[in-house]
Amino acid sequence: MIEFDNVSKIYPNGSIGLRNINLTIQKGELVVIVGLSGAGKSTLLRSINRMNDITSGDIRINGNSVTQASGSELRLIRRDIGMIFQSFNLIKRATVIQNVLSGRVGYHSTLRTMLGWFPKEDIDLSLTALQRVNIREKAYTRADQLSGGQQQRVSIARALAQEAQVILADEPVASLDPLTTRQVMEDLKRINRELNITTVINLHFIDLAREYATRIIGLRAGEVVFDGTPEEATDEAFAEIYGRAVKHDELLGVL
Amino acid sequence: MRAPLPTPSQPSPPVVDIQPPLRYKRYAGWILLILIIVMCSIQTKVTPYQLITGLPQMGQLLKEMFPPDWSYIPTIWAPMMETVQIAILGTTIGGIIAVPVALLCSYNIMPNRFIALPVRMILNLVRTIPDLLFAAIFVAVFGIGPFAGMLALVFFSFGIIAKLTFEAIEAIDPGPLEAMTAVGASRLQVIRFGVLPQALPYFMSYLLYTFEVNVRAASVLGLVGAGGIGLLLDRSLGLFRYDRACVIILLTLVIVLIIDYSSTWIRRKLL
Repeated sequence: MIEFDNVSKIYPNGSIGLRNINLTIQKGELVVIVGLSGAGKSTLLRSINRMNDITSGDIRINGNSVTQASGSELRLIRRDIGMIFQSFNLIKRATVIQNVLSGRVGYHSTLRTMLGWFPKEDIDLSLTALQRVNIREKAYTRADQLSGGQQQRVSIARALAQEAQVILADEPVASLDPLTTRQVMEDLKRINRELNITTVINLHFIDLAREYATRIIGLRAGEVVFDGTPEEATDEAFAEIYGRAVKHDELLGVL
Repeated sequence: MRAPLPTPSQPSPPVVDIQPPLRYKRYAGWILLILIIVMCSIQTKVTPYQLITGLPQMGQLLKEMFPPDWSYIPTIWAPMMETVQIAILGTTIGGIIAVPVALLCSYNIMPNRFIALPVRMILNLVRTIPDLLFAAIFVAVFGIGPFAGMLALVFFSFGIIAKLTFEAIEAIDPGPLEAMTAVGASRLQVIRFGVLPQALPYFMSYLLYTFEVNVRAASVLGLVGAGGIGLLLDRSLGLFRYDRACVIILLTLVIVLIIDYSSTWIRRKLL
């Protein structure tokens, strides 16, 4: 369970990132956050694992405060949260399995990991994670030889190898074509259902949000202006979130 | 968010006349450069006249170099190998010391400038001192011999490799570092899994490049008594045995070429 308690974020230049956010995300939900760029989607998502600091309020995961965690506490919290980025953020020169294994470093002492040797169980776990996103056969291929969609699946496998309880995905399909977009979204949805991993995704395609989310949260200028089921997220509701009518380039389109 | 599609009803913006950039700036640059060269030549009294008057003597020197005294090779072989060995030791040790220092002065790894800036200052200082001066200092401290030369190359390589490596580290993709932080990695783990795989090929390439430079540098270290082939080169020149000096130069050339080609090949494989 992720709880936002009166969370605000004001940037040093005075602009407002988040304003009085109060949210509770239950275990196993697949939440999609929508809003215009600059509405605070990334800020909200990245505050959950404190990749961004907040100015006031508190964020708790299963009752533990992220905001007040010390260095080592924070690392343990982050270990249980997988993160997926728009630009994949893989080590391109390293093999796929090395990238997935890097998700395991939080489980070992710094000294132990310096040589880059991981126990057999970690390797098995990583191969299982790759199996789950259907690219096990690419385990020993260099990451930069994979297509964008495959690279994003490697980063999902990295989150799975972490044995994460929560997955945060910041615009995970923004640099992918429509076909691979669907495959990556299907993977995220399937993992969410099969492993009951709480998943929070930032998206700007509103039809994708409706199709995959169990709950949609709309942000505008750092405030929650919509919070409801995909059925409630009508075109009118989106017009409210965006402050204008929905444009056709905000739809991915049907395949 | 994508840009909205253009609507055909909008009038196209008026065409603005574009002026090509003025040329006088470029001409002024050239004139300035020529002026500087002429000024330098006048101030130092280094003129093309000297080159012309010295030309016959250069011809004479070349004539005395040939035929090279090939019988000298057995004598110079051991010091030549010592030169290469000094270079290997100096480059490796200097390179190893350079790694932590390069990390300490990269702003993306060490956001604390109170550490990074002083380290950079020290690095600049080390690079200001030429290798021969290092060698002369260490000969004074540790006595004549290859140890002083090796130590000089440690400092010399350290300066070059640390500088080039920290610049490479600052240019790496920050994405994997972010990903490793999000995974819950400690500072050292972020470096090990985010920085190292990206920076290692560059580091290896700089190490090999510095090794090439060091073989050349090591061949003159003997001039100040720091071991290697330089001592024999100095002696040959002092005794006007240009045929022997020629053999030393040719042998150095062959070794440098071998190292040059093999390191180019390895570097191409790495990057």
